[in-house]
Amino acid sequence: MPESQTAHLKLCGITKQYPGCLANDRIDLSIQPGEIHALLGENGAGKSTLMKIIYGVTQPDAGEIHWQGERVTMRDPAQARERGIGMVFQHFSLFETLSVAENIALALGAKAGTPKQLEPKIREVSQRYGMPLEPQRLVHSLSIGERQRVEIIRCLMQDIRLLILDEPTSVLTPQEADELFVTLRRLAAEGCSILFISHKLNEVRALCQSATVLRAGRVSGECVPAECSDLELARLMVGDAEGLEAEYPKSEGRAPFLRVERLSWHNADPFGVSLEEVDLEVRAGEIVGIAGVAGNGQDELLALLSGEQRLPAAQAMHIRILGDDVAHLRPDARRRHGMAFVPAERLGHGAVPSMSLADNGLLTAYQQTGMVEQGMIRRGKVRAFAEQVIQRFAVKTPDAQTPAASLSGGNLQKFILGREILQQPKLLIAAHPTWGVDVGAAAAIHRALIELRDAGAAILVISEDLEELFQISDRIAALSDGRLSPQRATASTCPVEVGRWMAGQFDTSDTPVSTSAA
Amino acid sequence: MDMDLLTNIFYAMIRTGTPLLLVALGELVCEKTGVLNLGQEGMMLFGAVIGFIVAFASGNLWLGVLFACLAGVLLSLLFAMVALGFNANQVATGLALTIFGVGLSSFVGASWVGKPLAGFEPIAIPLLSEIPVIGRMLFAQDLLVYLSFALFALVAWVLLKSRIGLIIQAVGENPNAASAMGLPVLRVRTLAVMFGGGMAGLAGGYMSLAYTPMWAENMTAGRGWIALALVVFASWRVSRVLLGAYLFGLASILHLVAQGLGLAIPGNLLAMLPYVATILVLVLLSRDAIRTRLYAPVSLGQPWQPGH
Repeated sequence: MPESQTAHLKLCGITKQYPGCLANDRIDLSIQPGEIHALLGENGAGKSTLMKIIYGVTQPDAGEIHWQGERVTMRDPAQARERGIGMVFQHFSLFETLSVAENIALALGAKAGTPKQLEPKIREVSQRYGMPLEPQRLVHSLSIGERQRVEIIRCLMQDIRLLILDEPTSVLTPQEADELFVTLRRLAAEGCSILFISHKLNEVRALCQSATVLRAGRVSGECVPAECSDLELARLMVGDAEGLEAEYPKSEGRAPFLRVERLSWHNADPFGVSLEEVDLEVRAGEIVGIAGVAGNGQDELLALLSGEQRLPAAQAMHIRILGDDVAHLRPDARRRHGMAFVPAERLGHGAVPSMSLADNGLLTAYQQTGMVEQGMIRRGKVRAFAEQVIQRFAVKTPDAQTPAASLSGGNLQKFILGREILQQPKLLIAAHPTWGVDVGAAAAIHRALIELRDAGAAILVISEDLEELFQISDRIAALSDGRLSPQRATASTCPVEVGRWMAGQFDTSDTPVSTSAA
Repeated sequence: MDMDLLTNIFYAMIRTGTPLLLVALGELVCEKTGVLNLGQEGMMLFGAVIGFIVAFASGNLWLGVLFACLAGVLLSLLFAMVALGFNANQVATGLALTIFGVGLSSFVGASWVGKPLAGFEPIAIPLLSEIPVIGRMLFAQDLLVYLSFALFALVAWVLLKSRIGLIIQAVGENPNAASAMGLPVLRVRTLAVMFGGGMAGLAGGYMSLAYTPMWAENMTAGRGWIALALVVFASWRVSRVLLGAYLFGLASILHLVAQGLGLAIPGNLLAMLPYVATILVLVLLSRDAIRTRLYAPVSLGQPWQPGH
């Protein structure tokens, strides 16, 4: 890295110790004016801690921060903002019932002016950077992509020198991500530095001039992303790259197992999504993937499929399993039909945080495995089942009596998935199976799903990760604003097309449930 | 003759609606920040008795009003300490506060029951008060009613137009995000609870110093509860709180009028009218789910501590 120019930001030997975990270990990093710098790393590699230190949310135990050539301490985010550092978090901190201008006015403080006074400047900034946004609109009516614009514009309203973005594309369609990149490049051309945190290698390669890779709290390498292959970058992130490049053979599937026909559901929650005429078919021995940006009806579709949201008996035929109408059944009755579910939210939905793994196993498996006899719980069998899951799926935990809340996300996900798979379901519905899970665990979860498919089960995976869906699913579709696109064999489509579906550009009227093979 | 009756009905409607308006405005601000204080009835009664005693002993009505407010604030601080400071369940704390306030006011006021006091007198504003029908209703009231008009305007302006209103709304919708933004969530909530207490005390003072200038046990007769319902059914909109309060006032008057006219409707049924009519109208108004979601404070009733 050329040191002739004064770096905007320079970190030397940043170290942060949390109880039982060295989150950052002597990290060096420097960013030049106008540079787009990637911070790459797995979950838990220390990216979040590092950016919180830069943004003043937490203080380092050791090390120095140099800002525009001067040694500084970042006491709190307000001080970081004053110096010209802005940050867009992964989870937006916007108020839905306020307008765009009101949200920005709140964040900027009283000195910046009233919402009315800020409107012209918001319009000007949003136009200059190609992010159209109407200041008077209420945030609840904005799409996720538009909400992200609000956060970015909020940063740009001040004199900004460094913009930190935490996984900004995880909530965007590929097309929206491209638009964001145009904005970021324009911003960089004006001299603003950008720290781009991501684990999506293709994006980093397309956007960033340089990258710092973290692994287990340390800098494992610095590189120019455009000159590295995916595998090289992945090795820097993970260490050993076994299973990363796995390609699974596609399967044609056999007889249809789950059939969803013209499933419509009106959501009473005005901020929720209503489903419109969803047609879907999952065959035994295949994985169907459903892509989509969060908040396009995934939660609603899941609730209807799992039975958490039941339809009246008169509409029971909209969801059928092997010809049986099930749309009116409760989740336990659906499980007796061979269905199993892995919900999106691990803690509080997939598992009860304060209960032990053994008891969490009992909660969904009690019908299948004789754990309950004449109304009495057989403790021995409950523990044996949990131990079997732990062993088969390599869950890292002291024992089966450990509370679910104390497991890491990846380990708990392996346990929940294992719990469902060991019940030998005929249909598994999994939402975001590898969300927030490290690469190693994700590969294990993918292998388990493929194994279950090859054993003849029908599998439906709902995910926001397109790469994952292309890797494991045999057929793919996308949800957009409560409508489901046609399903197509993964091998005969491409991410660009699915991206268009995610943006709602498809026509369902003339495409019946695809019938490529049977 | 008919004109006179109408003038009187509207005049009394405002007088009857005023205590409700005052409590409900306080509770509205409080709930907008996400705090549900069910202690309104208790704070009202305590305000009523303290206001009466101070006014009676000092001979100064305005001193009574001041102490009525302070009494409400004092009880609300108790609530703030337990529900916000110690993070106790807000519903349970509020209920306990009402029970405590009812008992405390009876105890403190035991020897003051039935004593006569010359309360606030109506002050007619020249010319304006001579406008037919609405003149007397709006411009021939006592000073506390005029004060309630001003307080309504103030609360409406603060909630809808000011930066403080933005902060209140933000804290009530998402205290975590508000805190991350650097807003002092607990301080905002505590101040809102204190404002609610002051308004409830003032409403109690209005009861014992102007509406019926005397002290009687339980003289608020459930108005604190009605005000709570008003805020919800008004879907947290300040203009509807005003509407609901005066609707209640109007219905209360109508039942007196009906009795006076000797209509053959059982008195108990008529006495129910204000409650039923008010709630019915506001329920009909709050059917628009989207608007309601927009105004409802999402974090209402949920305990919150920094760093969680």
